[in-house]
Amino acid sequence: MKSFLTKRAYASLISLLFLVVAVFFLSRLTGDPTNLYLPVDASLEARENFRALHGLNDPLIVQFGRYLADLAMLDFGESIRRSRPALDVVLEAFEWTLILAAITMTVVTISAIVVGSLAAFRVGGLFDRTATFFSLIGASAPDFWIAIVAIVLFSVNLGWLPTSGTGTVWHWIMPIGVLFVRPFGLILQVVRGSMITALGSAYVKTARAKGVASRPIIFVHALRNAMLPVITVIGDQAAAILNGAVVVETIFGFPGVGKLMIDSILQRDFAVVLAAIMVTALAIFVMNLLIDLAYSVLDPRIRY
Amino acid sequence: MGDHLLEVQDLSVTFHTMRGPVHAVRNVSWHLDRGEVLAILGESGSGKSVSASAIMDLIDIPPGEISSGCILFEGRDLLTMSRDERRMFNGKRIAMIFQDPLSHLNPVYSVGWQIEETMVIHGTSRSEARAETVRLLRKVGIPDPEGAAKKYPHQFSGGQRQRLMIAMALALRPDVLIADEPTTALDVTVQAQILALLEELQTETGMGLLIITHDLGVVAEMAHRVVVMNGGQIVESGSAAQVYHTPQHPYTQKLIAAAPGQGDMSLGVAEQEPLLRLTDVKKNYGEFAALKGISFDLLAGETLAVVGESGSGKSTMAKVLLRLEEASGGKAEYEGRDLFALSPAELFEMRRDIQMVFQDPTQSLNPGMSVYDLISEAWVIHREILPKDKWKARVAELLEQVGLQAEHMHRYPHQFSGGQRQRIAIARALALEPRIIVCDEAVSALDVSIQAQVIELLDSLRQELGLSYIFIAHDLPVVRDFADRVIVMQGGEIVEQGSVRQIFEAPRMRYTQDLLAASLNPDPEVQAARRVKRLEMAQ
Repeated sequence: MKSFLTKRAYASLISLLFLVVAVFFLSRLTGDPTNLYLPVDASLEARENFRALHGLNDPLIVQFGRYLADLAMLDFGESIRRSRPALDVVLEAFEWTLILAAITMTVVTISAIVVGSLAAFRVGGLFDRTATFFSLIGASAPDFWIAIVAIVLFSVNLGWLPTSGTGTVWHWIMPIGVLFVRPFGLILQVVRGSMITALGSAYVKTARAKGVASRPIIFVHALRNAMLPVITVIGDQAAAILNGAVVVETIFGFPGVGKLMIDSILQRDFAVVLAAIMVTALAIFVMNLLIDLAYSVLDPRIRY
Repeated sequence: MGDHLLEVQDLSVTFHTMRGPVHAVRNVSWHLDRGEVLAILGESGSGKSVSASAIMDLIDIPPGEISSGCILFEGRDLLTMSRDERRMFNGKRIAMIFQDPLSHLNPVYSVGWQIEETMVIHGTSRSEARAETVRLLRKVGIPDPEGAAKKYPHQFSGGQRQRLMIAMALALRPDVLIADEPTTALDVTVQAQILALLEELQTETGMGLLIITHDLGVVAEMAHRVVVMNGGQIVESGSAAQVYHTPQHPYTQKLIAAAPGQGDMSLGVAEQEPLLRLTDVKKNYGEFAALKGISFDLLAGETLAVVGESGSGKSTMAKVLLRLEEASGGKAEYEGRDLFALSPAELFEMRRDIQMVFQDPTQSLNPGMSVYDLISEAWVIHREILPKDKWKARVAELLEQVGLQAEHMHRYPHQFSGGQRQRIAIARALALEPRIIVCDEAVSALDVSIQAQVIELLDSLRQELGLSYIFIAHDLPVVRDFADRVIVMQGGEIVEQGSVRQIFEAPRMRYTQDLLAASLNPDPEVQAARRVKRLEMAQ
């Protein structure tokens, strides 16, 4: 177990390093931030000062070395735009995204498991067909479209919910609702398929021969076996939200890490972009680790 | 109404499939009394398990339908009861164990939890059930019962898993125990132990025991009465001895005649230079020595049987010989060359000469390839054998040689029965015109009558083409009928080798004697005599 954790930590350290290199140099390809931050008619001297202040005059490789050295001290640099440590800016936004992801994925997971299991119990029944129909629509509908339709319906026409921003409980409903749809559809499909296999398995036959009632057969005997592929998909979907639900956050003006990243790229606020990527990468590393641990908790045959 | 403990009357079960209704069983009637052992004997597809499934409410309705009959348990018809009422009988009054206990135990719960569950759902308190579980585990012979209860199914051996299933089934002292092929996947010595355990528990509790099996030996060992099924109908029933000695129905006669272990034993082939000579072959997996230095010769035209229980290293030997895995030491000389030292190009040449037929033709034939593709693929790889314009004629010829028809070449594996698939696998091996065929449990998965046909085919091909076989098997009666010489393996070593007569008539080593004593004979009287001998050996 301990060696497994160390191995995983080293492996992800290497991928993080590659990520830093790629993002650092790619982001410099987007242009010189000086033009963006100083007025068009700024003097050459002012431009020089700005460049010197932010270390933009040195060769790229020197800039990169400096960045790495700072990074080793957990210093992610300053946000040019906000004149605050980039890490603080990112963590603030990440907190919002984390809460959004946690609530959405909890709701999605519970509902997909319950609906998917029941659908699998009577394959081809009315409940199964209805659930499958809606899950297919959910899994294939683009989220920007759902978001716009939701705004038109609930905010413009009905006036029940605020269009964007934060502040009240009501502000959370639409982002969560829209982010819910696709993972719900996908996970439901996986739960259903995996449960059909589990319910047809030999150990379920044994349980029936023992006299176990239907509900414990579904939710005790079959479900735990069916969860392994489901967890993988849950992980993928959670990662997608953690990475920043860019479209949804932008449409609803939600101050999460996805919106922050888009804004920072447009503003060439490199320190923030890099910090945001590092933080989300770390979050995804931790989540994958949790998923691996969940595997071994659910299935005693898996031991690290 | 009858006074039997369990009585099936006029039961018919139909499955409604897309290709129309399939009558799984038709008008089946049998009964079981307290303290009695009844066997239902039949081959795959005979419907022998269907009435048990109907008793346990395991038939999915739809697509299944119980179209006639009733199932009386203590005089009450189970089929007219509600689901919940029937659940009260399952596990408590009537319990069932299955073939392949690994897949029938839930992999993610501890075995203790699974045994407790039987008791808890029928009203025992959790703490009481926990204590009882330890008692049960001790009773079925699981070492360290307290520790074992916390372990998971994959941590036990095959025989132990069946013991766990038995403990689970007997937790509430049911009146009827149904055992569906309880020992089919187990080694002979383990099979003997499990059957002895079942018998002991049955005598002790006085329950009625229903054994569903394809194995005449199990019937001979266990059953008081036997019901023979074929094509969904009962063709014959009576006492085990009566059915074996004076079978009335042609099907029963055929089945008994097909049972292996009754023919003449081979006298062996003439002394000659060996075709293949293995010297001190070793194979290690890390620390574990799977083969601890084995040596034997194979003569041309000879069938050399390799017998042993699971884990004895017999399949490893085959893999190493074919260089599917690299040997860790030793030599395998074939036509003056060491197979283990061949270059990749030489190895490619050699592969033609030694071919393999596997146990499960369903898995070893690619389901997406037609029979023509499967057989002619050999010539795609080894181009020098046959020009392309002759492939079709040769495939037809090979199919006829293995007892199929030329027009079968356009079909796919799923359109054939198990026995036919194994014939296709043999035709594929023959396509390369090999001199040696390694048959790894090649007939183990087949029904007895099909098994006899495939053995006959292998035998005639040997005479026709001068083939040599390395015949890996755990089924001793088949080996007795088919082999010229026998190698007995245990724990990666050869414990004994000799002519088939010497091994079967005068085994020298204790292990060989144990194996032979544990193997079952279809004749109830022979079996009774063996039991006595086994008891003597145990003392």
